[in-house]
Amino acid sequence: MTNTIPCREAFSDTLLECAEKDRNIIAVTTDSRGSVMLGRFAQECPGQFVEVGIAEQNAIGIAAGLAACGKKPFVCGPACFLSARSLEQMKVDVIYSNTNVKVIGVSGGISYGPLGATHHSLHDIAVLRSMPGVTILLPCDVRQTRKMTKVLANMEGPVYVRMGRAPVPDVYSGDDVPFQIGKANLLMKGNDISIIAAGEMVRIALDAGLLLREKGIHARVIDMHTLKPLDVETIREAAAETQAIVTVEEHNIHGGLGAAVAEVVVQSHPLPMKILGIPDEPTVSGEPSEVFQYYGLTGEGICQTAKKLLNGEWE
Amino acid sequence: MGCETLSDLKQLREKAAQIRMDLLEMIYRAGGGHAGGSLSSVDILVALYYSVMKLDPKHPDRTDRDRFILSKGHSVEGYYAILSDLGFFPREERTSYRKFRSGLIGHPSNHLPSIDVNTGSLGHGLSIGAGMALAGKMDQKDYHVYVLMGDGEQAEGSVWEAAMAASHYQLDHLTGIIDRNGLQISGDTEQVMALESLKDKWTSFGWEVVEVSDGNNMEELLTAFRRIPSGGHRPHLVIANTIKGKGVSFMENQPQWHHKVPTENEMGQAKKELEAQIREVR
Repeated sequence: MTNTIPCREAFSDTLLECAEKDRNIIAVTTDSRGSVMLGRFAQECPGQFVEVGIAEQNAIGIAAGLAACGKKPFVCGPACFLSARSLEQMKVDVIYSNTNVKVIGVSGGISYGPLGATHHSLHDIAVLRSMPGVTILLPCDVRQTRKMTKVLANMEGPVYVRMGRAPVPDVYSGDDVPFQIGKANLLMKGNDISIIAAGEMVRIALDAGLLLREKGIHARVIDMHTLKPLDVETIREAAAETQAIVTVEEHNIHGGLGAAVAEVVVQSHPLPMKILGIPDEPTVSGEPSEVFQYYGLTGEGICQTAKKLLNGEWE
Repeated sequence: MGCETLSDLKQLREKAAQIRMDLLEMIYRAGGGHAGGSLSSVDILVALYYSVMKLDPKHPDRTDRDRFILSKGHSVEGYYAILSDLGFFPREERTSYRKFRSGLIGHPSNHLPSIDVNTGSLGHGLSIGAGMALAGKMDQKDYHVYVLMGDGEQAEGSVWEAAMAASHYQLDHLTGIIDRNGLQISGDTEQVMALESLKDKWTSFGWEVVEVSDGNNMEELLTAFRRIPSGGHRPHLVIANTIKGKGVSFMENQPQWHHKVPTENEMGQAKKELEAQIREVR
């Protein structure tokens, strides 16, 4: 059965559950209760809901102040604005000050495809990855999102989460989803090639793994839900035990997951690698599925890249 | 707390002169700092820390304590001098100001007791203060939050985002203070980016505004702070008209003293002037 629930809805429903048990959990939002699907939260927990209007800088600053007085704020809004407009507040008030603020960026990457580059967030991982002390998470489906939200409700410290807008097919099944911050999940075993993906690209990485298996190629598929702190050990193992690595991300090809993996690989066990993502050019505008198709970010596209890499074809 | 008698006022004035000496000593030793804005804000800080705010240096994390944010984080020397004088950290640490791996960084660091968040980039403090006041309101606590801003800082758009929100949420336990010394790094604030009328701007944002005609006058400052009610459903703003470089004749109203470091001779001269002020107060 196809999943019809977007991750942002799974997040806000779970946050409400947590907030009903812990009155210090506060949702802070930037006129984006619709985008984040926080309508029910606002109705059922009005005393724990803070609307700041279209003012991202203020939202993060207020959250830092709330956190400094013992609250557990979750600032929720579109990833494109939170990770850019209020980047300095994230840098200083949250990350450098080490305040207990969770920043939840929804509709990330090219979720808002047809709205154009103002609404894309293809830079967020790159800029935040260079700030010491922040945890960066990209859940890949609703079950993982629910689990992650519960973990965050009980975790101290600055966190940035990025998720998408539309419902995505499930990666995990059952209620007991493995999720440990900083520990990647192995989705398929294999020693021919590694496919490492993050966020909502994990599903297509898994599709590619299945396609390759039909052709007799055994891919190791890894869900790198935590971009920081990075699971270096899992990457080193993949580099040592497989012939090549393909990374897949909904992010500019510079500075994101691919770069993070490459940083580990070139300093420990160099091997052929291909970074798949959104190229460093003005991003085409269109529905996400059209944009992904255009840039080869599909199960079939990853499969082609993997085969080329294993054949020693370099660009 | 309280400071009704003249002898208390005298003590506060003497303290302010002493802190001026201490902060210049720190800048002189470190070979860097922000003398002008530190000197202009000393009397505000002394009034708050030695008379107005509820604080306990032995228990700096008490949840019912008043909060202070130095949003104009570059005026850090006077702030460090006061915190160490009150015993939040050892006085001897002052000599490490700006030194390699020192805890006393050139802008307020929350590694030090009683400093809640790091500041230094302008336009951040008021939002944080609003969040603190909002948390107090949610928990029905009675603490008050004070945020000291610069006048040049008023050009930051985020100040006005915070101003709007504090008014919307009726944060009457929040007081913003503007150290209105009229100068910023490039010169006269009105020439760099005209701010006036600040009073009208803040009033129109829904704040209760009090103007202190001489923001380096201890009595006027105390009167203004004491008149602030913890109620009334409006946030409060104190515009303190100060003199940049206040207390040292050749630093007063000179834009270059924003971050100029005194020479040995200048340091000697400054000390003489401040010692004379202490004698005069006594």
